[in-house]
Parts: sequence; C-alpha cells; structure tokens
Amino acid sequence: MTALAVRGSRRQSAIRLRRVVERSLGLALLALAVIWLVWNLVADPTRFTGSVLIGLQNGLLYALVALGYTMVYGVIELINFAHGDLFMLATIVAAAIMVSVLSVKLVGAGAILPLLVALVGCMAFGAAVNVSAEFFAYRRLRSAPRLAPLMTAVGLSFVFRGIAQQDYVNGSAQKNWPIEWGGPIVEGVYLYKLLLVGAVTVPLLLGMTYIVTRMKMGKAMRAVAQDQDAARLVGINVNGTISFTFALGGALAGAAGVLYFLVQAQTYYDTGTQFGLIAFTAAVLGGIGNLTGAVVGGLAIGLIQSINEGGTHGLGSNWSQSVVFLILIVLMVLRPEGIFGRASTEKV
Amino acid sequence: MPATSGFRAWLADHKWPLGYVAIIVCLFLLYQAILPNLIDEVSTPVTAWLPVATINECLMWAIMALGLNVVVGYAGLLDLGYVAFWALGGYTAGWLMAAPFNWTWDFQLFAPVAESYPGTHITFWLVILIAGCLCALLGVAIGAPTLRLRGDYLALVTLGFGEVITQFFRNSNDIDGYNVANGDAGIPIIDPIGLGPFGLIAGVPESLTNSGSDNIYKILVLGALLGLCLFVSLRIRGGRLGRAWLAIREDQLAATTMGVPLVRSKLLAYAVGAFFGGIGGVANAAGITGAVSPSGFDFGKSVLVLLMVVLGGMGNVWGVTIGAFLLAWLNSNGLRQIGVTIGAASGKNLEAALPRYNFLILGLLLVFMMLFRREGLLPEKRTKALLTTPSRIEMESVGAHIAEAEAKNRAIAESNPNVDAEIAGSAGAVSPDLEPPAAAESTNALKDPDQ
Repeated sequence: MTALAVRGSRRQSAIRLRRVVERSLGLALLALAVIWLVWNLVADPTRFTGSVLIGLQNGLLYALVALGYTMVYGVIELINFAHGDLFMLATIVAAAIMVSVLSVKLVGAGAILPLLVALVGCMAFGAAVNVSAEFFAYRRLRSAPRLAPLMTAVGLSFVFRGIAQQDYVNGSAQKNWPIEWGGPIVEGVYLYKLLLVGAVTVPLLLGMTYIVTRMKMGKAMRAVAQDQDAARLVGINVNGTISFTFALGGALAGAAGVLYFLVQAQTYYDTGTQFGLIAFTAAVLGGIGNLTGAVVGGLAIGLIQSINEGGTHGLGSNWSQSVVFLILIVLMVLRPEGIFGRASTEKV
Repeated sequence: MPATSGFRAWLADHKWPLGYVAIIVCLFLLYQAILPNLIDEVSTPVTAWLPVATINECLMWAIMALGLNVVVGYAGLLDLGYVAFWALGGYTAGWLMAAPFNWTWDFQLFAPVAESYPGTHITFWLVILIAGCLCALLGVAIGAPTLRLRGDYLALVTLGFGEVITQFFRNSNDIDGYNVANGDAGIPIIDPIGLGPFGLIAGVPESLTNSGSDNIYKILVLGALLGLCLFVSLRIRGGRLGRAWLAIREDQLAATTMGVPLVRSKLLAYAVGAFFGGIGGVANAAGITGAVSPSGFDFGKSVLVLLMVVLGGMGNVWGVTIGAFLLAWLNSNGLRQIGVTIGAASGKNLEAALPRYNFLILGLLLVFMMLFRREGLLPEKRTKALLTTPSRIEMESVGAHIAEAEAKNRAIAESNPNVDAEIAGSAGAVSPDLEPPAAAESTNALKDPDQ
C-alpha cells in the first residue's frame, strides 16, 4: 500500500462516520414521528380516526399533484414551480364548468354526469396549458443552465396567479361556492367526499402506472429520462415524449383541481403556491422521479398534516405549513433521495 | 502609472463614489430647493411620476437587491426565501425602536423620542448594525444545513425557510404563551430615523417622520446606506472572498480543487447577503412604512427582489441597482401612473386597474428575460459568457467540435487586429525575446480555424 491509499482510507472512515450520524439522526426522527402518531391515537382514538380520514382525502389530492412534479422532474430535471398554480387555475375552471354552466348545487347521484364533464374539461385544460408552457418556454431553455428554466417556472407561476387574480376570473379575494354534500358524516368527515376522491384518484393513479410501465409511450419516457441523445438515436421522438409527460402531469393537476373544488367548495388565487409546495414536498418525500414514491409521499404528508391540525397533540393549523416545510428541509438535508429513491436511481 | 497631477488622479480613482454622491445630492436638491420654486406645469408631472416616497422605496429596494446579488449573483446560490431577512430586520426595528406592545424594558439610547416615552428605543444607526448581525446569524443558520444541496433543491429549501419564518411572525402573538412579535397585528409605531448631531444644523429636522418634508431628507439617509452597500459590494467582489465566490459560482468542483474553502465562502455569502437584507428591513420599517406586520413578507417579495437582480444583470452591481430602481418604481408608483396617463388618453379610469396586473407583468417579465435576455439589462461579462454557452454535457451531445468551431468563428468575427497588434507590441516591450509577429501572418492564422 502506498501512502496515497492510506490517506484515502482514512478519509473514507470520516465519511462513514458522517453517514452513521446522519442515518441514526434520520431513524431517530422517524421513531419520533411514529411515537407521535401512537400518542395521538392513544389520547383520543375517535378524533384520530377523523384526522386520518381527512388525511387520506387530502393525501390523495397531494398525490395527484405530486405526480405532475415527479414526472416532469424525472424526465427533464426541472422543478415545475408553476404546477401548483396550474392546479389552482383548474379549480377555477372546475367551478366555472360545474356551478356557472351546469349549475350543480348538491353533490349526489345527479351530479355524476356534470362531474364527468368537468373532469374531462379540466384535464384537457390542464394538459393544454402545461404542454403550451413547455412548448413556448421550457423547450427553448433545455440547453440553458438550470437556473434559467427554474426562474421561468417561477415567472409562469406568477403569470397564472396574475390571471386568476383578475376580477373577471376569480378576483383577489377567496370565493366560496354554494356546493352541498349529502351522505353520512363520520367524525366530522363527509364520507362521500372521501369516496369520490378515492373513486376518481385510484383509477387515475393505476392508469398512470399502466401508461408509464406498460405502454410504449411510457417506455419512451423512461428512455428519454435516462439519456435524451440515446433515445433520439433509437428513433424516439424526444420532443413529443416530453410534451406527453407535461400533458399527463397537467391532466392529473386538472383532475385534482376538480376534486379540490368539490371538496373545499372555494377558489382562491393563492391556493396553488401552498398546495403545490406541499405536493412537491410529498414528491421529495417519496423520492423525486419515483411514481409510487409520489403517491406514498402524498398520503404521508396528508396524514401528518391532518393529524397535526386535528389530532390531540398537534400544533394546530397555524403551524401546518411550517411543519410541512420543516419536513422538506430535514429531508433535503438528511435524505434528498427520499424514501424510495436510491442515490443514483432510475428516474420515472 | 505615475500620477500626472494629484487632483486628477484622485478624481480618476474615485469616479463612481463621486458620481454617486453627485446623483444623490442632485436628487435631494431637486426636491428640497428646485421643485418648490418651479412653475406648477413643470413640478406637478415630476412629483406625479416620481414622488419622494417612491425614490425612498427605490433606494431601500436597491439595498435589498444588492444583498441578494451577493448570494445569487456572486456566489450563484439561488435563494428564494430572501424575504426572511427583510422580515427579521423589520422586526428587529419593531423590538428595539418602537412603542411597546408587550415590552416592559424601558431603555433609551440616543433615540429621537421623549424621555417619558415607555419601551425600548435605540437609535436607528445602532439598530441597523444589530439587525444586520442578527440576519447574518440567521443566514448562516439557514445556509449551514443546505451547503451540500444543488441549485434547484437549494432554491426550495430557502423558500421553505422563508415561509417558515414568515409563519413564525404570523403566529408570534402566542409562541408557547408568550407574545413575541404581536402576530397578525404587527408592531404599529416604530420610531423615526434620528439624525443625531446633524439635527443641530439649522433647518434640518431632528428626526425623520413620514411627512413630506422629512421624506426629502430620507433620500440622503437611505442614499448613504445604499452607497455603503454599493461600496461593500464592489470592494468585496475584487477581493479574495469575491473571487472565491465567482469561482464557486462558475465551477464548484474546480474551485474546491484549487483550494477555495467551500464551506466558509458559501456561509460568508449567506451572511453578507443577509446583512444587507437586515439593513433593508430596518430601513423599510423605520424609514418607509413606520410599522411592521407579517402580511408584507410573502413569497412574492422574494421573487420581486430576485427579479430585480435578474433584470439588472446578475453579478453586476450597477445593473442590479438599475433593475431595482426600475421595478421598485413600477411596483410603487409607475404602473398606477401609466394607468392614469393611458386612462386620461382613452377616457377610462385605469388608475386602479393596471396595478392589479402587477403579478402578471412581473411574471411575464421574468419569463421573457429568461427566454431572450438571460444576462440582464446590464450584464456582467463573466455571467454573460456563463449563461450563453451551453452546458458541457449538451456540448458533447451536439458535437463539441461544432460548438467550438462556432465559438471560434464568433471570436474571429469580433476580433480586432489592432488590439491584437497592440498586445503583441506590449509583449515585445516587456521582453525583447518576444518579437511581435508580422500582423498579416497572425490574422491569416486566425482566419482558418479548422486547418
């Protein structure tokens, strides 16, 4: 062994120590989270159940939006800051279709057809806006330094918010819509809301998984994610594939917009920033670029948030944003690859 | 170079400080002495388009933009939570120089308030230093865990920190039972800027409240602060630390292998940027709004400051200052005034309509800047090169030799044989061994890149 090798091995041990410290810190945090959950459950089981139901309902919506982030990041490594605001625009379009055009008041069996119309309309809207954003802005910046597309996305998110803020769109105040829900109420949670969200989200998620893992287009997406030039060499239409990815993400955001509007019965121009950031945190939690991870991350964030807000030992809704962002920060620092990701993971 | 004459050399050495002082003094004199003596037809449009309060805001925003420029422009660390420092600066002013909201510590230090006034009152000038140091500490605290993160992840973590800190202030009326910063209501009455010994000069007010005549003096105060920030920005850039930042910005790996201390340089970038942010926060709270409340510290403000930096030209101090002036003016008065003018021409009332589009306009501006002029209005030479050359991986894939040949052709098209000859001549002057080659020969060699 030469002197160089000895020095090398010494350095390696230092890195290993750091890893041990980080891993044990991470595990300790995870253990704390589990203890906190159990503590909440023991303190007041019925209240805990209510929080879990709300958490599932929100978590599924987060998962839908998180998928849009994770797919775009997986394919072109761009954090699409405007995605949350696209979702916000979709809630406004959904309100326009369902209330203003189809005049739905009570969500029940009679609302199924309008719901389908709104879903199709909003998914088409989300896909169209996302694809045109890619076509007009991000495509031209593909070879630019990474700062440029990121700032473009921030700019687009401002544009979307600016559009929503106009009085003829939604106005700068929160707008409440007269939507009523029937059905049983468990622990303050409308079961039908949860059922509707589940009935729309689960097929969409399964369909998405099918597209990405089984269909030819999904294969092309994975190929483009790995190496754009190699993909081009084997005859894949790279631009078309990237557009398709944006369309999928936008469609999911559109569907999430319809559901969010129906569940909350309100539209607000600032919804997108918060919701989008939380969804992004979910994507990072699951390992960005990983589809299953996004869904699991979305559910986890939804549960943590709702238990924090509704649980016995939570900090309350005043702090829910801070809790989510602290999770994001801790994750980024300790485990940027997320739960399911590996350090050099296959993307998408 | 030997000095030809002492005074001229001194002038040449102090070109920008003298120019800057001249501009600020001219602005001050314009509002203090010239405008009141002009006829209304001249003075009314000037005060409508450029009121004193707007100039003060511009100066304050320029301080903020210079601070973010240190982090983003010099060190290349994208910070989307810069508003946190602005907020902390403002709240430091709220804690140390305001009417009490829950404070029982009666303490006065050179403050321009009556002796009997309760609460903590420390002079503006000391609070600026305290706020700067507090913000620098916060900057290091935010920067330390994020040192290993890459550009876009870093942006998100800083954004998260910004939101957490804003939420802390929003909930601050009940932090475990204590009222730390009065929550949503904010801290209402903050002491005016005291002028200390300058107040003894006849005609100069002792402290600067929010009245029209006092606002004119604020041009001098805020102008001095901005001048200080400009000076620090320019001097630090040329020094060892500034060059280390530029090296990290351009290639982190290369910088570390050359022995640039990564951790220390990055943390110092955060600290210096945050210090400026703290100054801006105090200046805003004490000089412009006279109060702090958490509603002003939203993500939009972080993006506004970032846009100032991008618009002006990342890394270029003068560009950033101009960008800040432009956007601050648009944001505070410009859009409204343009609306009034268009409204007067078209017969509609647009005074309130146009400012409502400011999100839209700022967003479009950012997108178009990124698409068509990424280097900003007044680009820094090095940033321009960095932002217009494709990344190395992209070059390899397109065919590095094509890109390189293109760059070479561009260099030839832009080359000036006179300059080449001059350089060659000066090389000959240094050492007789370096004979300048024949001019015709050198240009021939250049004209055939792919030989």
